[in-house]
Amino acid sequence: MWIYEKKLEFPIKIKKTDPALAKVIISQFGGPDGELAASLRYISQRFAAVTPESKATLSDIGTEELAHLEMIGTMCRQLTADANIDEIKKAGFDAYYVDHGLGVYPASASGVPFTAAYLQSKGDPITDLYEDMAAEQKARSTYEYLMNLTDDPDVLEPLRFLREREIVHFQRFGEALQNVKAYMDSKRQFVIDKPDYMNGNKSKCMKCR
Amino acid sequence: MNKEQIMKRLAVLDFIAVDLQLYLDTHPEDMEAIDKYNSVIKEADMLRMKYEEIIGPLYSFRSSNNGDTFKWIDDPWPWQPSANFEINEEEN
Ligand SMILES: [Fe+2]
Repeated sequence: MWIYEKKLEFPIKIKKTDPALAKVIISQFGGPDGELAASLRYISQRFAAVTPESKATLSDIGTEELAHLEMIGTMCRQLTADANIDEIKKAGFDAYYVDHGLGVYPASASGVPFTAAYLQSKGDPITDLYEDMAAEQKARSTYEYLMNLTDDPDVLEPLRFLREREIVHFQRFGEALQNVKAYMDSKRQFVIDKPDYMNGNKSKCMKCR
Repeated sequence: MNKEQIMKRLAVLDFIAVDLQLYLDTHPEDMEAIDKYNSVIKEADMLRMKYEEIIGPLYSFRSSNNGDTFKWIDDPWPWQPSANFEINEEEN
Protein backbone atom coordinates (compact mmCIF):
# COMPACT_ATOMS: atom_id res chain seq x y z
CA MET A 1 0.00 0.00 0.00
CA TRP A 2 0.99 3.61 -0.09
CA ILE A 3 0.77 6.19 2.67
CA TYR A 4 0.49 9.85 1.78
CA GLU A 5 2.72 12.37 3.45
CA LYS A 6 1.31 15.88 3.49
CA LYS A 7 4.37 17.78 2.25
CA LEU A 8 6.40 18.17 -0.94
CA GLU A 9 9.72 16.43 -1.49
CA PHE A 10 11.19 19.83 -2.42
CA PRO A 11 9.58 23.20 -1.57
CA ILE A 12 7.77 25.17 -4.28
CA LYS A 13 6.81 28.78 -3.78
CA ILE A 14 6.34 30.56 -7.12
CA LYS A 15 5.53 34.26 -6.93
CA LYS A 16 5.23 35.16 -10.62
CA THR A 17 2.18 34.07 -12.62
CA ASP A 18 3.30 32.59 -15.94
CA PRO A 19 0.71 30.48 -17.81
CA ALA A 20 3.03 30.04 -20.81
CA LEU A 21 5.44 28.19 -18.55
CA ALA A 22 2.69 26.04 -17.04
CA LYS A 23 1.71 25.06 -20.56
CA VAL A 24 5.10 23.42 -21.15
CA ILE A 25 5.81 22.16 -17.62
CA ILE A 26 2.54 20.18 -17.77
CA SER A 27 4.42 17.78 -20.06
CA GLN A 28 6.25 16.42 -17.03
CA PHE A 29 2.85 15.74 -15.45
CA GLY A 30 1.18 13.77 -18.24
CA GLY A 31 3.55 13.86 -21.22
CA PRO A 32 5.59 11.08 -22.90
CA ASP A 33 8.58 11.36 -20.53
CA GLY A 34 6.68 12.70 -17.56
CA GLU A 35 6.47 11.66 -13.93
CA LEU A 36 3.14 9.85 -14.23
CA ALA A 37 4.51 7.62 -16.99
CA ALA A 38 7.66 7.07 -14.92
CA SER A 39 5.83 6.06 -11.76
CA LEU A 40 3.35 3.84 -13.57
CA ARG A 41 6.18 2.18 -15.53
CA TYR A 42 8.16 1.21 -12.42
CA ILE A 43 5.28 0.22 -10.19
CA SER A 44 3.96 -1.97 -13.01
CA GLN A 45 7.29 -3.54 -13.93
CA ARG A 46 8.24 -4.43 -10.35
CA PHE A 47 5.86 -7.41 -10.31
CA ALA A 48 8.18 -9.21 -12.76
CA ALA A 49 11.41 -8.26 -10.95
CA VAL A 50 13.64 -11.17 -9.87
CA THR A 51 16.21 -9.89 -7.35
CA PRO A 52 15.71 -8.17 -4.00
CA GLU A 53 17.79 -5.23 -5.23
CA SER A 54 15.70 -4.63 -8.35
CA LYS A 55 12.38 -5.14 -6.55
CA ALA A 56 13.36 -2.48 -4.02
CA THR A 57 14.75 -0.10 -6.65
CA LEU A 58 11.60 -0.26 -8.81
CA SER A 59 9.32 0.17 -5.78
CA ASP A 60 11.23 3.07 -4.29
CA ILE A 61 11.89 4.99 -7.50
CA GLY A 62 8.26 4.38 -8.58
CA THR A 63 7.24 5.95 -5.28
CA GLU A 64 9.60 8.91 -5.59
CA GLU A 65 8.21 9.64 -9.07
CA LEU A 66 4.78 10.11 -7.49
CA ALA A 67 6.31 12.76 -5.24
CA HIS A 68 7.70 14.39 -8.39
CA LEU A 69 4.27 14.25 -10.04
CA GLU A 70 2.98 16.21 -7.05
CA MET A 71 5.77 18.78 -7.46
CA ILE A 72 4.97 19.29 -11.15
CA GLY A 73 1.25 19.65 -10.44
CA THR A 74 2.11 22.19 -7.76
CA MET A 75 4.25 24.21 -10.18
CA CYS A 76 1.50 24.25 -12.84
CA ARG A 77 -1.07 25.29 -10.27
CA GLN A 78 1.01 28.07 -8.75
CA LEU A 79 1.97 29.42 -12.18
CA THR A 80 -1.68 29.80 -13.21
CA ALA A 81 -3.80 30.19 -10.05
CA ASP A 82 -3.92 34.01 -10.27
CA ALA A 83 -3.92 34.35 -14.06
CA ASN A 84 -6.54 36.68 -15.57
CA ILE A 85 -8.14 36.22 -18.98
CA ASP A 86 -5.77 38.69 -20.62
CA GLU A 87 -2.71 36.80 -19.35
CA ILE A 88 -4.26 33.49 -20.37
CA LYS A 89 -4.82 34.74 -23.92
CA LYS A 90 -1.42 36.38 -24.24
CA ALA A 91 0.36 33.27 -22.99
CA GLY A 92 -1.38 31.02 -25.50
CA PHE A 93 -2.90 29.19 -22.55
CA ASP A 94 -6.41 29.67 -23.96
CA ALA A 95 -6.65 26.28 -25.70
CA TYR A 96 -5.76 24.48 -22.47
CA TYR A 97 -8.08 26.81 -20.54
CA VAL A 98 -11.06 25.87 -22.70
CA ASP A 99 -10.59 22.17 -21.99
CA HIS A 100 -9.39 22.23 -18.38
CA GLY A 101 -9.78 25.73 -16.94
CA LEU A 102 -7.05 26.21 -14.37
CA GLY A 103 -7.19 22.55 -13.37
CA VAL A 104 -4.15 20.32 -13.66
CA TYR A 105 -4.75 17.67 -16.34
CA PRO A 106 -2.29 14.94 -17.36
CA ALA A 107 -1.38 15.91 -20.92
CA SER A 108 1.74 16.72 -22.90
CA ALA A 109 2.92 20.24 -23.76
CA SER A 110 1.33 19.79 -27.17
CA GLY A 111 -2.01 18.86 -25.58
CA VAL A 112 -2.02 15.08 -26.08
CA PRO A 113 -3.79 13.40 -23.13
CA PHE A 114 -1.80 10.94 -21.05
CA THR A 115 -1.68 7.41 -22.42
CA ALA A 116 -0.21 4.17 -21.04
CA ALA A 117 1.33 3.73 -24.50
CA TYR A 118 4.17 5.92 -23.15
CA LEU A 119 5.44 3.00 -21.13
CA GLN A 120 6.12 -0.69 -21.37
CA SER A 121 6.05 -3.56 -18.92
CA LYS A 122 7.59 -6.43 -20.82
CA GLY A 123 7.79 -9.14 -18.16
CA ASP A 124 11.52 -9.45 -18.83
CA PRO A 125 13.54 -7.86 -16.03
CA ILE A 126 16.50 -7.01 -18.25
CA THR A 127 14.41 -5.51 -21.04
CA ASP A 128 12.47 -3.47 -18.49
CA LEU A 129 15.58 -2.05 -16.82
CA TYR A 130 17.03 -0.99 -20.18
CA GLU A 131 13.79 0.87 -20.84
CA ASP A 132 14.00 2.48 -17.41
CA MET A 133 17.50 3.78 -17.98
CA ALA A 134 16.43 5.30 -21.31
CA ALA A 135 13.35 6.78 -19.67
CA GLU A 136 15.47 8.54 -17.03
CA GLN A 137 17.66 10.06 -19.73
CA LYS A 138 14.61 11.26 -21.64
CA ALA A 139 13.23 12.87 -18.50
CA ARG A 140 16.60 14.53 -17.87
CA SER A 141 16.59 16.01 -21.41
CA THR A 142 13.05 17.27 -20.89
CA TYR A 143 14.04 19.06 -17.69
CA GLU A 144 16.96 20.66 -19.49
CA TYR A 145 14.66 21.94 -22.26
CA LEU A 146 12.28 23.30 -19.64
CA MET A 147 15.16 25.04 -17.85
CA ASN A 148 16.10 26.69 -21.15
CA LEU A 149 12.63 28.23 -21.24
CA THR A 150 12.70 30.18 -17.97
CA ASP A 151 14.82 32.53 -15.87
CA ASP A 152 12.52 32.51 -12.84
CA PRO A 153 14.59 31.17 -9.92
CA ASP A 154 11.40 29.99 -8.16
CA VAL A 155 10.84 27.65 -11.11
CA LEU A 156 14.46 26.86 -11.92
CA GLU A 157 15.31 25.52 -8.47
CA PRO A 158 12.71 22.73 -8.42
CA LEU A 159 13.43 21.92 -12.08
CA ARG A 160 17.12 21.61 -11.26
CA PHE A 161 16.32 19.35 -8.33
CA LEU A 162 14.13 17.11 -10.51
CA ARG A 163 16.76 16.93 -13.23
CA GLU A 164 19.34 15.77 -10.70
CA ARG A 165 17.01 13.08 -9.41
CA GLU A 166 16.73 11.65 -12.95
CA ILE A 167 20.51 11.31 -13.03
CA VAL A 168 20.49 9.45 -9.70
CA HIS A 169 17.66 7.19 -10.88
CA PHE A 170 19.58 6.39 -14.07
CA GLN A 171 22.57 5.40 -11.96
CA ARG A 172 20.50 3.17 -9.65
CA PHE A 173 18.74 1.44 -12.55
CA GLY A 174 22.15 0.79 -14.10
CA GLU A 175 23.25 -0.89 -10.87
CA ALA A 176 19.99 -2.85 -10.66
CA LEU A 177 20.57 -4.03 -14.24
CA GLN A 178 24.08 -5.27 -13.39
CA ASN A 179 22.62 -7.00 -10.36
CA VAL A 180 19.94 -8.77 -12.44
CA LYS A 181 22.47 -9.76 -15.11
CA ALA A 182 24.74 -11.28 -12.46
CA TYR A 183 21.78 -13.19 -11.09
CA MET A 184 20.84 -14.48 -14.55
CA ASP A 185 24.43 -15.56 -15.23
CA SER A 186 24.90 -17.31 -11.90
CA LYS A 187 24.80 -21.10 -11.83
CA ARG A 188 21.40 -22.32 -10.77
CA GLN A 189 19.82 -25.68 -10.36
CA PHE A 190 16.50 -26.08 -12.11
CA VAL A 191 13.93 -28.37 -10.59
CA ILE A 192 11.35 -29.59 -13.07
CA ASP A 193 8.25 -31.43 -11.97
CA LYS A 194 8.02 -35.00 -13.20
CA PRO A 195 5.55 -35.40 -16.04
CA ASP A 196 2.36 -37.19 -15.07
CA TYR A 197 3.19 -40.49 -16.85
CA MET A 198 6.25 -40.92 -14.59
CA ASN A 199 4.07 -40.65 -11.51
CA GLY A 200 1.60 -43.21 -12.73
CA ASN A 201 -0.98 -40.46 -12.53
CA LYS A 202 -3.56 -40.92 -15.30
CA SER A 203 -5.44 -37.74 -14.59
CA LYS A 204 -5.42 -35.12 -17.31
CA CYS A 205 -6.47 -32.47 -14.87
CA MET A 206 -3.80 -29.77 -14.76
CA LYS A 207 -4.89 -28.57 -11.36
CA CYS A 208 -5.14 -32.07 -9.77
CA ARG A 209 -1.63 -32.61 -8.53
CA MET B 1 13.23 25.91 16.26
CA ASN B 2 10.55 27.96 14.51
CA LYS B 3 8.16 26.66 11.84
CA GLU B 4 10.43 27.54 8.94
CA GLN B 5 13.50 25.99 10.55
CA ILE B 6 11.61 22.78 11.26
CA MET B 7 10.33 22.58 7.66
CA LYS B 8 13.80 23.20 6.25
CA ARG B 9 15.59 20.74 8.49
CA LEU B 10 13.02 18.00 7.85
CA ALA B 11 13.23 18.57 4.09
CA VAL B 12 17.01 18.12 4.27
CA LEU B 13 16.84 15.00 6.44
CA ASP B 14 14.12 13.41 4.32
CA PHE B 15 16.05 14.12 1.16
CA ILE B 16 19.15 12.41 2.56
CA ALA B 17 16.98 9.48 3.66
CA VAL B 18 15.33 9.09 0.23
CA ASP B 19 18.67 9.28 -1.54
CA LEU B 20 20.39 6.87 0.86
CA GLN B 21 17.48 4.44 0.62
CA LEU B 22 17.88 4.24 -3.16
CA TYR B 23 21.63 3.81 -2.74
CA LEU B 24 21.12 1.01 -0.21
CA ASP B 25 18.65 -0.74 -2.52
CA THR B 26 21.60 -1.56 -4.78
CA HIS B 27 24.34 -1.54 -2.09
CA PRO B 28 22.60 -3.37 0.77
CA GLU B 29 25.88 -4.37 2.42
CA ASP B 30 27.45 -0.93 2.74
CA MET B 31 27.72 -0.69 6.54
CA GLU B 32 28.75 2.96 6.53
CA ALA B 33 25.67 3.91 4.50
CA ILE B 34 23.42 1.83 6.76
CA ASP B 35 24.76 3.66 9.82
CA LYS B 36 24.23 7.03 8.18
CA TYR B 37 20.73 6.00 7.04
CA ASN B 38 19.79 4.90 10.56
CA SER B 39 21.01 8.09 12.19
CA VAL B 40 19.26 10.33 9.63
CA ILE B 41 15.98 8.41 10.05
CA LYS B 42 16.29 8.70 13.81
CA GLU B 43 16.71 12.47 13.72
CA ALA B 44 13.93 12.80 11.13
CA ASP B 45 11.55 10.72 13.27
CA MET B 46 12.04 13.04 16.22
CA LEU B 47 11.69 16.15 14.10
CA ARG B 48 8.51 14.74 12.54
CA MET B 49 6.91 14.66 15.97
CA LYS B 50 7.84 18.30 16.49
CA TYR B 51 6.58 19.18 12.99
CA GLU B 52 3.21 17.58 13.65
CA GLU B 53 2.92 19.28 17.02
CA ILE B 54 3.75 22.76 15.74
CA ILE B 55 2.74 22.78 12.05
CA GLY B 56 0.20 20.02 11.47
CA PRO B 57 -0.26 16.34 10.62
CA LEU B 58 2.06 14.73 8.07
CA TYR B 59 0.41 11.32 8.26
CA SER B 60 -3.28 10.80 8.78
CA PHE B 61 -2.79 7.66 10.83
CA ARG B 62 -1.62 9.20 14.06
CA SER B 63 -3.80 9.37 17.17
CA SER B 64 -1.87 12.39 18.46
CA ASN B 65 -2.98 14.43 15.41
CA ASN B 66 -6.46 15.07 16.61
CA GLY B 67 -7.89 16.92 19.56
CA ASP B 68 -11.36 18.41 19.18
CA THR B 69 -11.25 18.37 15.39
CA PHE B 70 -9.88 16.18 12.59
CA LYS B 71 -6.80 18.30 11.83
CA TRP B 72 -5.79 16.27 8.76
CA ILE B 73 -8.13 18.28 6.53
CA ASP B 74 -6.73 21.67 7.54
CA ASP B 75 -5.07 24.00 5.03
CA PRO B 76 -2.45 24.41 3.73
CA TRP B 77 -2.06 21.37 1.48
CA PRO B 78 1.39 20.84 -0.09
CA TRP B 79 0.56 22.59 -3.37
CA GLN B 80 -0.42 25.81 -1.60
CA PRO B 81 2.45 28.34 -1.39
CA SER B 82 1.94 28.84 2.35
CA ALA B 83 2.83 25.17 2.96
CA ASN B 84 6.28 25.82 1.48
CA PHE B 85 9.36 27.84 2.32
CA GLU B 86 11.85 29.76 0.24
CA ILE B 87 15.13 28.02 -0.26
CA ASN B 88 17.53 30.84 -0.99
CA GLU B 89 16.90 33.07 2.02
CA GLU B 90 19.60 31.60 4.21
CA GLU B 91 22.38 31.55 1.64
CA ASN B 92 22.00 35.26 0.86
FE1 LIG C 1 13.12 9.51 -12.37
